[in-house]
Amino acid sequence: MSTVVTSKDASVAPLPPGRPSWRARLQGPAVFTAVAVLALVVAPLVLEPFRLGLLAKYLVYAIVALGIGLAWGQGGMLVLGQGVFFGLGGYAMGMYLKLTEAQGGLPDFMVWSGVEELPALWAPFANPVFALAMAVVAPVVVAALLGALVFRQRVRGAYFAILTQALAAAFVILLVGQQGLTGGTNGLTNFFELFGQDLALDSTQRGLYFVVAVVLGLLYLGARQLVNSRFGRLLVAVRDGEDRVRFLGYNPATVKTVTFAISAGMAGLAGALFVPVVGIISPALLGVVPSLELVVAVAVGGRFALAGAVLGAVVMNYAKTVFSEELSSAWLYLQGALFILVMTLAPKGIIGLLRRRKEAAG
Amino acid sequence: MSGDDTGAEALLEIRDLSVVFDGFRALDGVNLTLARGELRFLIGPNGAGKTTLIDVITGLTRPAGGSVRFGGKDLVGRKEHEIVRLGVGRTFQTSVVFEELTVVENLDLAASFRRPLWALAGRRRGVSEAVRAALATTGLEELAERPARVLSHGQRQWLEIGMLIAQRPSLLLLDEPVAGMSQDERARTGELLTEIAEDHTVIVVEHDMDFLRRYASQVTVLHEGRVLTEGSVDDVSADPRVQEVYLGRAREEATDAVG
Repeated sequence: MSTVVTSKDASVAPLPPGRPSWRARLQGPAVFTAVAVLALVVAPLVLEPFRLGLLAKYLVYAIVALGIGLAWGQGGMLVLGQGVFFGLGGYAMGMYLKLTEAQGGLPDFMVWSGVEELPALWAPFANPVFALAMAVVAPVVVAALLGALVFRQRVRGAYFAILTQALAAAFVILLVGQQGLTGGTNGLTNFFELFGQDLALDSTQRGLYFVVAVVLGLLYLGARQLVNSRFGRLLVAVRDGEDRVRFLGYNPATVKTVTFAISAGMAGLAGALFVPVVGIISPALLGVVPSLELVVAVAVGGRFALAGAVLGAVVMNYAKTVFSEELSSAWLYLQGALFILVMTLAPKGIIGLLRRRKEAAG
Repeated sequence: MSGDDTGAEALLEIRDLSVVFDGFRALDGVNLTLARGELRFLIGPNGAGKTTLIDVITGLTRPAGGSVRFGGKDLVGRKEHEIVRLGVGRTFQTSVVFEELTVVENLDLAASFRRPLWALAGRRRGVSEAVRAALATTGLEELAERPARVLSHGQRQWLEIGMLIAQRPSLLLLDEPVAGMSQDERARTGELLTEIAEDHTVIVVEHDMDFLRRYASQVTVLHEGRVLTEGSVDDVSADPRVQEVYLGRAREEATDAVG
């Protein structure tokens, strides 16, 4: 298939280098603005609170997907364990909320587990600034350490993918085993207020929706800037020829570690936003399966474009909601079939198909 | 002229270098000295150790013994990208350019490695002097904005040489730059090579004897992991041992084919 593309492109090679027309250059910002209006104006007006809450959840997942798009689509690192970073962010936020609930006392689940004194690990999370900072810093540090260790040893491809997946599995076991510290299988739940706002109120949830949408928009613009920068070009070069990059004088391990850490930070922030939006963080939400589901979503949307990653996360999670309401058992099979279809027939995902249609039309 | 000439201007000094692969001595006590500004051809039959020698200089292969000194610094044990940062650049037999990036982006990455990593977070604005020069030298200006995947085999090799120039190294190592090229492309590459050699120190690994006679001045002949002889093209091609190595190999292959 690639040879067809090459020969097609080769036939137009002698043409003088065409500068993109103003129309083509304005298209990206135009689409972004349209989506922003849709998300910030139309959706809150037309969607009932329950549906808006669901959309907020999809957009939270889209933030994780954005990080996967960066690490996997641009950098070639198949990250199968983003749930770990999502979880670190989620638990940081959850711990803060539980401590506010407890008002100086012990969180409810600790009392039930027979814990008598607040663990030292928990104490600083009573401070909202610390908790929010840790939601991003902890994933970034863990990813940076792991990346520095692993990429320097030139572990890559499937080995790296399996390693991240194993990490997700181990993290779940750790969380479940530490009942008194983490709430075990149940995780952290029963949150009632955030910064003095009642989480059960529609207006609070609506506000949270706006926060999530704006954060996603800003992160998207930042990630786009990164992709278009020299660093972004270097990242693509590392993806396509890591060994060759060394002979350009760059250390690919550094490039990959930085990117992996950024994607982990995004997942962490998403985790922190997820907790007040959905009202729970538990091991079932961040293990191997949820991590894989997001990778599948990114593949379906189109991993080589950041917009594809975001689109995939929203579309697949919406589909999951619809199918869970109708025929829940079929969703798993449908998801698997969709993944196989996309990987074999349209490796560039929905975005790739849309672009191809546009090229065929224009 | 002699390989043991340790003048003050020596840029590269290789002493008693050995490389062993699973008991096979790919290099066996190689000595090589390269003066600043020199253009040196490295020839020898298949398996003589030419590429292995380049691999050791650039950090891809660890030697079993011996030293490689470049500008007074020992290169053995350093990582590939560190050696590039000291000023040693190379190309590969099969050119590897980044197909998804445009020609100018390929060159720009090659030219930017001395910038700190955080400085790479900005977008590229325009074309830097080093990139412009590399585009002009390689004659790829017309294709600057095209993705590298549309380039022909010859154009890819030139892009790779251009990336090497854009790195502004003090020592360039070219591994069979004309392999698989048409006659026209060979002639163009030869001119390119002559131009580059004017202000760079260059080692070229080459198989092609015609190409060698046209563009080489100083030649080192490797045979079975050792330096067989060194000298001018005429001296070397008149050397009966060199003829024996090349012809003897041909004779062996002929008898193998018969037997």
